[in-house]
Amino acid sequence: MSWNRKHLLDIQSLTAEEIVTVLDTARAFKAVGERAIKKVPALRGKTVVNLFVEPSTRTRISFELAAQRLTADVINFSAEASSLKKGETLKDTARNLEALNADIIVMRHSASGAPHFLARFLHASVVNAGDGAHEHPTQALLDAFTVREKKGRIAGLNVTILGDILYSRVARSNIWALTKLGAKVTLCGPATLVPKVFEQMGCRVTYNVEEAIAEADIINLLRIQHERQRKSMFPGIGEYTSLFGLTKARLARTKPDALIMHPGPINRGVEIDSEIADSNRSVILDQVTNGLAVRMAVLFLINGGKGPQEVAA
Amino acid sequence: MPKATMILDTAAMERALTRIAHEIAERNDHSAEVALVGIHRGGVFLARRLAGLLSGIWSQTVPVGSMDIGMHRDDLDRQPAPAMLPTVIPFDVTGKTVILVDDVLFSGRTIRAALDAIMDLGRPKRIQLAVLIDRGHRELPIKADFVGKNVPTAMDERICARFREEGCPDEVTLEKKGGA
Repeated sequence: MSWNRKHLLDIQSLTAEEIVTVLDTARAFKAVGERAIKKVPALRGKTVVNLFVEPSTRTRISFELAAQRLTADVINFSAEASSLKKGETLKDTARNLEALNADIIVMRHSASGAPHFLARFLHASVVNAGDGAHEHPTQALLDAFTVREKKGRIAGLNVTILGDILYSRVARSNIWALTKLGAKVTLCGPATLVPKVFEQMGCRVTYNVEEAIAEADIINLLRIQHERQRKSMFPGIGEYTSLFGLTKARLARTKPDALIMHPGPINRGVEIDSEIADSNRSVILDQVTNGLAVRMAVLFLINGGKGPQEVAA
Repeated sequence: MPKATMILDTAAMERALTRIAHEIAERNDHSAEVALVGIHRGGVFLARRLAGLLSGIWSQTVPVGSMDIGMHRDDLDRQPAPAMLPTVIPFDVTGKTVILVDDVLFSGRTIRAALDAIMDLGRPKRIQLAVLIDRGHRELPIKADFVGKNVPTAMDERICARFREEGCPDEVTLEKKGGA
């Protein structure tokens, strides 16, 4: 057991032991969601602010429900309806939220490093719920939780991440988490979206999808992030599907116990065949359930007070 | 290296548990209503052993669950978050006589948290408390129904309970805090 952090900003700075602490804690919180009364008083009297400067539905709902199940008060703050539209700076917005005695600020922002910026001057805890193409730590934690739950381990597994890696914060956080926990990570997708430079993060890059998925224990599919691509990175959706989509023909050549993951929202018929998404090989909805448990665990852990061995987060 | 005083050795712990099991059986006529809930970690080992002893006395299986009270503690923002283990209660507590089992009863705050945690799961008919050691220094109005041994202690002393389930011989010792 080791957790002395006030913030959760990224996976890169976590140790393997800290990641395992989150996963172990999440197991206890998953059980809470399976009861008649799905609520515990761990964050009673605390205020959690969901500061979503970039639109999000599933992550915000997941954090909101996680905070509510811990008995915290929750405020949702979205960019469209906020004073950020009226020209207020992010720093001033965050300071205003803190003036309301917010204890935890969960932030999504389109700029990489925005949560790190907030954490430098806020007294409140900051949780990164996705910053630009940089990191999405709770997604990587819930993915690791799901892999460990389904496979019993992470070390030694072959994990293939297929799709838009370049613009994906999910991919970056997953690569950090999985490599720290001893998995062998393979990246695959169009060459324009999977630059070789990712090999420096300790993973393998290939452009041959058949080879990438043949030995995989886990295939994590990523959506094409049209909203982040400033120019067209590949000829078209049809060509993407035929070259990199997970079709029934391709699935037939994977290991029979290989599991299919996807952070959502899925685009049926593009990166994943519709029937595969609904099949028993897919753990996409388990990921959603586990996401709630992992976010409860993260809020619970960062709410912990300062111990004698406290280190700067 | 401060000297550790033996409070219960393996044989004494076994005798204490056997006596507690018989006291539980004496107190509870309706054996079918009784279920045990151990508090992590030591209490879980003890609850399983008591369930085994009670099954022998009553010739029927006694349901046993395990509980982590970390989510219900009253000091969560005063110290680092505690390690959490899953709470597994494989029975409906409503209408049951739930016997909470813990290794050491001290301030009573753990039991207060456990009472709240149990109430979140349903409405037991009654709750009783069994502890291996009562070391005094209560900070809340809580009293055990079944006690293995009462041990007067000073605040700077520590009770260490070890169990064979953890790979140690069963024993309880009294040690000076911060010495070793």
